[in-house]
Amino acid sequence: MSVKKMTNFGLLTALAFILSYVESVLPLQLPVPGMKLGLANIVVVTALYCWGEKEALALSAIRILLVSLTFGNMAAMMYSLAGGMLSLIMMILIKKTGWLDEIGVSITGGIFHNVGQILMAMAILETEQVLYYLPVLIISGVVTGALIGIAGGELIKRIKKWTV
Amino acid sequence: MDKKRRNSFILGAVCILAASGAGIAAKMGREQGSQVIVFQDGAEQGRYLLSEEQDVEIALNQENQEGKNILRIRDGSADMIYADCPDQLCVNQKEIDKVGETIVCLPHKIVVEVEGEKQSDFDSIAN
Repeated sequence: MSVKKMTNFGLLTALAFILSYVESVLPLQLPVPGMKLGLANIVVVTALYCWGEKEALALSAIRILLVSLTFGNMAAMMYSLAGGMLSLIMMILIKKTGWLDEIGVSITGGIFHNVGQILMAMAILETEQVLYYLPVLIISGVVTGALIGIAGGELIKRIKKWTV
Repeated sequence: MDKKRRNSFILGAVCILAASGAGIAAKMGREQGSQVIVFQDGAEQGRYLLSEEQDVEIALNQENQEGKNILRIRDGSADMIYADCPDQLCVNQKEIDKVGETIVCLPHKIVVEVEGEKQSDFDSIAN
């Protein structure tokens, strides 16, 4: 790993971390558990396009570990990992098909982020009752995914490819 | 608008429509419940009639009262009014009174679920 790549990785991780923090202090109370804006995913989506799949995965995993250890707890980490990893894997797959632009890829990510969290909640709580939240969480996933995709798209246009 | 952008819009619109439909169908298909069941860690902890006004205290650890939730039953619906967890998501959830509706407290692994008439008849026979 070159020094430049290492530096970029550190910078982007820090940026994603700070965005998670910013989101946690926003006075935004949503009525459904798991409903979130996911500002840090702007960095993840941008990294996926401008950098690469492995890099985006590593960035996302490290961010989740850092944020959970700093502000959250074990349970929060389980939910974040399930949501974050499923979301990113689905984004990588759907991006490969070439059907969608970055907004559609991000919408896919938003939806599967919430699906992943619901699956984890089903496993932890040992109940399928949480599935009742799925419709509203899919809608919120589309909306937040689209917003993240629009913001990420603007960044991608400006950054193009990082030369690392 | 290019083709990929158009596909993205279609994806978003289809998902919102499908989810709205499923959500409305799930809500319409539900009848008024008669009791709530409190599950903790997947195990049933207690049943409470919605017709009886009461505050139900749910303690995660019976001895030191750590991990406490209070479920208020008023006017035929149940609402989580207190939880000593940091996220307060269950307290912000709406009150529930229809069969199948739930309030979930993730940090304390508590699920409160509304059940209907039929289920309770079945249980009384089973008991």
